Amino acid sequence: MAELMYWEAIRRAHDEEMTNDPLVICMGEDIGVAGGTYKATNGLYDKYGPERVIDTPISENGYTGLGIGASFLGVRPIIEIMSVNFAWLAMDQLFNSAAKVRYMSGGQLTAPVVVRSAGGTAHQLGAQHSARMEKVFMSIAGLRVVTPSNPRQAYGLLKSAVRCNDPVYINEHELMYNMKGEVPDEEYFHPLVGSEVAREGRDVTLFGYNISVHWCLQAAETLSKQYGIEAEVIDLFALAPLDRAGIVASVRKTHRAVIAEEAEPAVGVGAEVMAIINEECFFELDAAPVRVSAVNVPIPYNHTLEKAAIPNAGDVVAAVRKMLGK
Amino acid sequence: MNLADKKRLLREMLFARRFEERCYEAYVERKIGGFLHLYSGEEACAHGVLEASKKGHDYVITSYRDHVHAIKCGADPKKVMAELYAKETGSSKGRGGSMHIFDVEHRFMGGYALVGGPFPLAAGMAKAIKMKGGDEIVICFLGDAANNQGTFHESLNMAKLWDLPVLYVCENNLYGIGTRIDRSTAVIDQYKRVSGYNIPSAQEDGQDIEKVFKAAKKAINHVRSGKGPYFLELMTYRYRGHSMSDSNAYRSKSEERMWSNRDPIIMLRDRLIEAGELTGEDYKAMDTEVLDEIEDEVIAFAESSPEPRVDELEKYTLAENDPWVYGGGR
Ligand SMILES: Cc1ncc(C[n+]2csc(CCOP(=O)(O)OP(=O)(O)O)c2C)c(N)n1
Ligand SMILES: [Mg+2]
Repeated sequence: MAELMYWEAIRRAHDEEMTNDPLVICMGEDIGVAGGTYKATNGLYDKYGPERVIDTPISENGYTGLGIGASFLGVRPIIEIMSVNFAWLAMDQLFNSAAKVRYMSGGQLTAPVVVRSAGGTAHQLGAQHSARMEKVFMSIAGLRVVTPSNPRQAYGLLKSAVRCNDPVYINEHELMYNMKGEVPDEEYFHPLVGSEVAREGRDVTLFGYNISVHWCLQAAETLSKQYGIEAEVIDLFALAPLDRAGIVASVRKTHRAVIAEEAEPAVGVGAEVMAIINEECFFELDAAPVRVSAVNVPIPYNHTLEKAAIPNAGDVVAAVRKMLGK
Repeated sequence: MNLADKKRLLREMLFARRFEERCYEAYVERKIGGFLHLYSGEEACAHGVLEASKKGHDYVITSYRDHVHAIKCGADPKKVMAELYAKETGSSKGRGGSMHIFDVEHRFMGGYALVGGPFPLAAGMAKAIKMKGGDEIVICFLGDAANNQGTFHESLNMAKLWDLPVLYVCENNLYGIGTRIDRSTAVIDQYKRVSGYNIPSAQEDGQDIEKVFKAAKKAINHVRSGKGPYFLELMTYRYRGHSMSDSNAYRSKSEERMWSNRDPIIMLRDRLIEAGELTGEDYKAMDTEVLDEIEDEVIAFAESSPEPRVDELEKYTLAENDPWVYGGGR
């Protein structure tokens, strides 16, 4: 098994899917000649040409709609939106056209597009380049939402997303493109539904997704070594639909839940996971579930303030200790 | 366009008019819900353009004012009416409604309710055609007010940049709901707006089907020959309010009278009568036949069709049994 960086894994998935099917194309700003802001399409322009690796104008709603229209006739576009903050502009086409066309046509038309975008806070990018928008996408019926926490998922989720007949939004992370991890050498298709047990434990379940999985894993180490607490970590790589059964199974085992999210708490992944726990296994809880979320502010430029706005592994440790009184 | 074609088109337009007027009645009777946008007065636009296209070969997409376009593409009027009646036998199985008629088999790719939504979708279908190397084209019908959406500019730019086979038809009925074009739009002649994207365009009388047909032939030839997009503006007028809740209070009676004097159906009828090819009696008989067909077949079908089942509420939200959802393993 080779170690790849997150961006290399995404690039490899593009490359394989484009080789496999001549109707797979990719499009977005600066993805062709320039190779992509995060290099996720590096070299593909030379290999597949301008008809299939399309440098678009800065028209997020327009080119997303164009990709959706192409998908009506069997093309499989992988649309890169440079940053999630710009994806707001494409929500009209993604939500109103792609997510709804199957339903409102009574199953006659589908929009098998993949939209990938980089979200999250990074290095002092300021209020307009630090959005965490997965909560918005996951609330739309007709859209699948996945979010890879490592290169293996980044590779395998994109492969399945390209072939799946539903529109899929892939939420990547600004800070994770250079993360290294093992990716199978042979072709691998990651399921678009479910969750993964990233670490087994018995005392408390830590739910994370994308970057917050890493805070949870780090926190679990600390909790085990310093406090004798064995935390289970569940990686919610699929946000829509959420893995109800997986969430419940782990809470039934540990009877405690902490959800770590990089986004603001309101109407978010944490709120949704808590609601599921409430609905499904309230009486099996030994403690009230807790969210570890961002502070509800536009992300500040100042480094200290930015750090204060976003949670980290230490916050997860503190939440668990408080819950267990240790 | 030969004589037989003209007579057929007269009947088709008359059918469209009577269909829409029957929808009006059904709405008043509360058989049809939601928003209902009627096409009465604008028939020559869809019929003239689509007559010049290759039926079942070219792709068509439009807005919420979509019943007549769908039927002209080949959709069964019974299924369209059943859709308006929200029945399982409707073209979208009762899940879409008046604004979302689809008939993919006949390449009618849908009615969309977001003003300007179809602009990029049309360009995208044209991109797919170009990739696959076919000679189909995409025809996108939208209103005048839709041209103030960002998607208009974004899509025209990309359509020309990549020379995509798409014909944009602007049905300029002078209003976006209750706002007259000169109160919303800095440039009144819509065909001039696309010169900024280097796209050839023309403006034509949308009430005269023969003129529409000729202008559309030219436009379609341009697009099909691989020269890229074209923009055709058709000057027209809707007789009814924007939707059923609109009383037309913002329009003058004299303006309405002026346009009804240029009714597309009456104009073609009178031309055929003048040429001695049709009599007033023939026309009356045609009208009776159309009305009977709508009542006895179309309405009867919609009335007697079953409603969708509540236990199938979630069907069509996502693909069913798609193995790739499970990583290809199932
Ligand atoms: C994005 C969006 N904004 C507003 C509306 C409400 N609306 C529906 S139709 C319409 C007017 C559109 O006029 P035009 O494009 O000229 O088409 P027409 O109805 O005249 O055929 C408006 C404002 C909408 N459906 N979508
Ligand atoms: Mg109008």
